[in-house]
Amino acid sequence: MINWRSTYAIYRNELMRFMRTVFGSLVSPVLTTSLYFIVFGAAIGGRMNAVGGVDYGAFIVPGLLMLTLLSESTSNASFGIYMPRFTGAIYELLSAPVGVAETLLGFVGAAATKSLILAAVILATAKIFVDYEIAHPLYALLFIILVSASFSLLGFILGVWAEGFEKLQLVPMLILTPLTFLGGTFYSIDMLAEPWRTVALANPIVYLVNGLRWTFYGQADVSIGVSLSLTLVFLVIDIAVIAWIFRTGWRLRS
Amino acid sequence: METILDIAGLTKVYPGGLKALDGVDLQIRRGEIFALLGPNGAGKTTLIGAVCGLVRVTGGTITAFGQDLAHNWRDARRRIGLVPQELGFDMFETVERGVRYSRGLFGLPPDAARIEVVLRSLSLWDKRHEQIRALSGGMKRRVLIAKALAHEPELLFLDEPTAGVDVELRRDMWRQIDRLRDQGVTVILTTHYIEEAQEMADRVGVIDKGRLLLVDEKDALMAKLGRTEARFRLAQPLAAVPDSLCAFPLHLEDDGLTLAYRGGDGAGKGKAEIAAIAQALPHQGIAYTALDQKESSLEDIFVDLVEREEAAA
Repeated sequence: MINWRSTYAIYRNELMRFMRTVFGSLVSPVLTTSLYFIVFGAAIGGRMNAVGGVDYGAFIVPGLLMLTLLSESTSNASFGIYMPRFTGAIYELLSAPVGVAETLLGFVGAAATKSLILAAVILATAKIFVDYEIAHPLYALLFIILVSASFSLLGFILGVWAEGFEKLQLVPMLILTPLTFLGGTFYSIDMLAEPWRTVALANPIVYLVNGLRWTFYGQADVSIGVSLSLTLVFLVIDIAVIAWIFRTGWRLRS
Repeated sequence: METILDIAGLTKVYPGGLKALDGVDLQIRRGEIFALLGPNGAGKTTLIGAVCGLVRVTGGTITAFGQDLAHNWRDARRRIGLVPQELGFDMFETVERGVRYSRGLFGLPPDAARIEVVLRSLSLWDKRHEQIRALSGGMKRRVLIAKALAHEPELLFLDEPTAGVDVELRRDMWRQIDRLRDQGVTVILTTHYIEEAQEMADRVGVIDKGRLLLVDEKDALMAKLGRTEARFRLAQPLAAVPDSLCAFPLHLEDDGLTLAYRGGDGAGKGKAEIAAIAQALPHQGIAYTALDQKESSLEDIFVDLVEREEAAA
């Protein structure tokens, strides 16, 4: 039986932490994304050909949104669980009547909520610079929620694994950002010559960027079914790893 | 009396082989104040951690409120509070929010009145809107206690509650524990200040190297192991303890200038014997110029116990 009050207490506490640092949490990703839109959308985009009938400025919107979602979901959730480990406040969580369900719904739910707020703000910002439409808004919402949740889960795992602040940054900086850049954020992988096109298909982020792009423009390099399935598989793996962490107490209980 | 916590054969071996708990058996009665005494690294914090869910035990069982903790941990933890030794919280949180969060985390609905009572009882009410990082060390420790009391636990663990706090705060803590006793809260506290156990506890357990050396009523412990010491400073040195006083546990120190007594039972026998010696000495023509007398404290008992244990090992 899930302890809803505890879940809500964790969720609320995490969101309050977010509100306390709202400037850093919201303003800096929005500013970064705006810079991308100014440079690649407005400045360079005007001289670029449309990709698959979509104006270049609009073409990069889903990819940039994905870039922000991945890195922010991961780092928010990893900080959320790493900080109490670092300060020692984790004792309270461990001694409380909460299990894996409450902890996940609380921490990961809050991190995913932040990501959704961020997504809304970024989409609104994008509208200032480029003209875009969302062909399948419900699919887009579903996809954004799934991605936010699964990468918040990944962040949670990182936050439990990390033994220092630098390790927290490792995965977002060294894996997620490069893979997103190479994953078709700024181009269609169909533009790539073989064998690079096939190599690109091994990059899981390609499926995320293209999944989101399909919900926007009804067309992408890979089918939405594959994208959704892969995201769900990733989600299930995350949950399995976290269930294992709680069962064994790895890095949490001595 | 009802047993609120029953620990049986509890063992904890850390990876790397350190045996922090070695077959600990301990029953805690509802409503008592139990002091767990032991040197640093004795296993006190591990024992608390095992009950509170911070430590995964290697062997043994813990029964809390009549239910096996391994299976009914949710229900049990709701009724247990923990004040850890180390200060650990979100330093940017305000006092009131932090305490409210703790209450929610333990599954209780918000109750502003209850939180006010807790904050007032710890003299934190005036500081409720301050960030925890702005508080003094003593105040931070009070916040830890407030957080542990926010969900109205029936069983409260205090891990070294007065380590590194000033005398005034220590007295405050003791008063707070007294109030908890009046409310019927069962308190288990660890300390290496014997004075604290002597002042507060109903029962005392002594732990060293992961083994519980003894558990007894504090008064019984004092009576059983308590000793009276006396030192007669003599006007003239003696070569040997006079034959007529051989029945008493006496020996000479300081090249025969001090006649030292160590004995009794913590229940008055020692004092009576010292009075008898004091009367006997002038009859023997032995003059003394000073007399010191003291009852051994829990501290002496504790040191004795640990030393005896180490000698036996």
